[in-house]
Amino acid sequence: MSSDVVKGVLAGDRRAVARLITMIENDGDEARGALADLYPHTGQAHIVGVTGAPGTGKSTLVNELAKIYRGGNGQSVRSPKTVGIIAVDPTSPFSGGAILGDRIRMRELSGDPGIFIRSMATRGSLGGLARATADTIKVLDAAGYQVVFVETVGAGQSEVDIAKAAHTTIVVQAPGLGDDIQAIKAGILEIADIFTVNKADREGADNTVMALQMLLDLDHVSRPILHHGTVMENVGKVGNFSKEQGWRPPILKTVALHSQGIEAVVEAVEAHLVYLKESHTLYQREQERIESELNDALQQELMRKLLSRVGEGELDDLIQCISQRELDPYSAAKRLIEEKRFA
Amino acid sequence: MTEKRIRVLVAKPGLDGHDRGAKVIARALRDAGMEVIYTGLRQTPEMIVEAAVQEDVDVIGMSILSGAHMTLCPRVMKLLEENGLDDILVVAGGIIPNDDVPALKDTGIAGIFGPGTSIEEVTRFIKENVRKRK
Repeated sequence: MSSDVVKGVLAGDRRAVARLITMIENDGDEARGALADLYPHTGQAHIVGVTGAPGTGKSTLVNELAKIYRGGNGQSVRSPKTVGIIAVDPTSPFSGGAILGDRIRMRELSGDPGIFIRSMATRGSLGGLARATADTIKVLDAAGYQVVFVETVGAGQSEVDIAKAAHTTIVVQAPGLGDDIQAIKAGILEIADIFTVNKADREGADNTVMALQMLLDLDHVSRPILHHGTVMENVGKVGNFSKEQGWRPPILKTVALHSQGIEAVVEAVEAHLVYLKESHTLYQREQERIESELNDALQQELMRKLLSRVGEGELDDLIQCISQRELDPYSAAKRLIEEKRFA
Repeated sequence: MTEKRIRVLVAKPGLDGHDRGAKVIARALRDAGMEVIYTGLRQTPEMIVEAAVQEDVDVIGMSILSGAHMTLCPRVMKLLEENGLDDILVVAGGIIPNDDVPALKDTGIAGIFGPGTSIEEVTRFIKENVRKRK
């Protein structure tokens, strides 16, 4: 079963890709074998994250970006690349259901065999992505999609998982969403490699651009060669970065609904990839990502092993003890681990 | 930790521009714990089947008010079969005259829900008839 799926994915069979993604979403174990076989074939795609508040135009922007990567309206000089899209929307905390509506903005992409779109519900994950997103990226990568866009849920301030999953993160802003104090808060604005101020035909777009400029100016005074938590190597001047300052995220105005300003975003995305490669940041980021993936895998595996030794009702008894205030959660966890000879 | 969810594609084939009913159904299925992919207005049968492939859905629900159901529904069913997706549960709703129901069911559409159908009836039908697969 698993090897058929692997063969299918490697051959670019869309049904196999879709089935494997479902397997990943539903039951990590079943998909694990297939993912292990696919892993050597990953690492080729450029992973581009698109995040920002609800209604800023993320899906519309992804639609426009994908059109340009597919060769635009015939005016583009670049050679077309195949595009995978993962669009994440939130799961209801009450019913467990979800409405996944990102495809509505991507109808123009329909009928193109060089594009694969998958909608995904968060199923309880809080970082802006679903638990299955990272593995789904690998499936699309192994299936040969050259650029993979990952659109997060409408993100506010702290949904920053995308920065770990993507090579290049686009933060989409829109005019009128807050004053300049919003721009100096921590979180989502810090993870941007590229800013787009979408809906730039609306009033206040220049103010939003200015607030972001100010944020970046402060940033480069206070930590001139820090980027994504790692100290930058000195690099030569290519595109948007310089020896002194590392990568300075460009701020680009777009009107995605009318296909305006999109080409510049694609150029910035490609320049960022060049920068990542030439500054060896790509390698560093890869290492960090793999480290955190390994951490997650270890946690999951340990948890599974531990729980497999826990008898039925044991957890319930502990929960009772804790709710009666006989035990606190940390002591309960410690006791369980010791009892099961796990530590 | 992870669990299976019923994935439903709610589709509006054809040219009519009214999707209030589709949205009500989408919301109701969400509240019944399903993951609903809504693709918006004016979908061709080809677009619907393509989305069904990529999203690996268990159910397709089509809402048609234009009267073109006798053209659109059989076309969707044929494309599903060609793509090896004939195990997807397909239901339809909207304005579909009773006289057309037997012919539509012959094409493989499992449930047809006209105006006045209760939401509970639709969600129960889906839960009882969705394919059982791993």
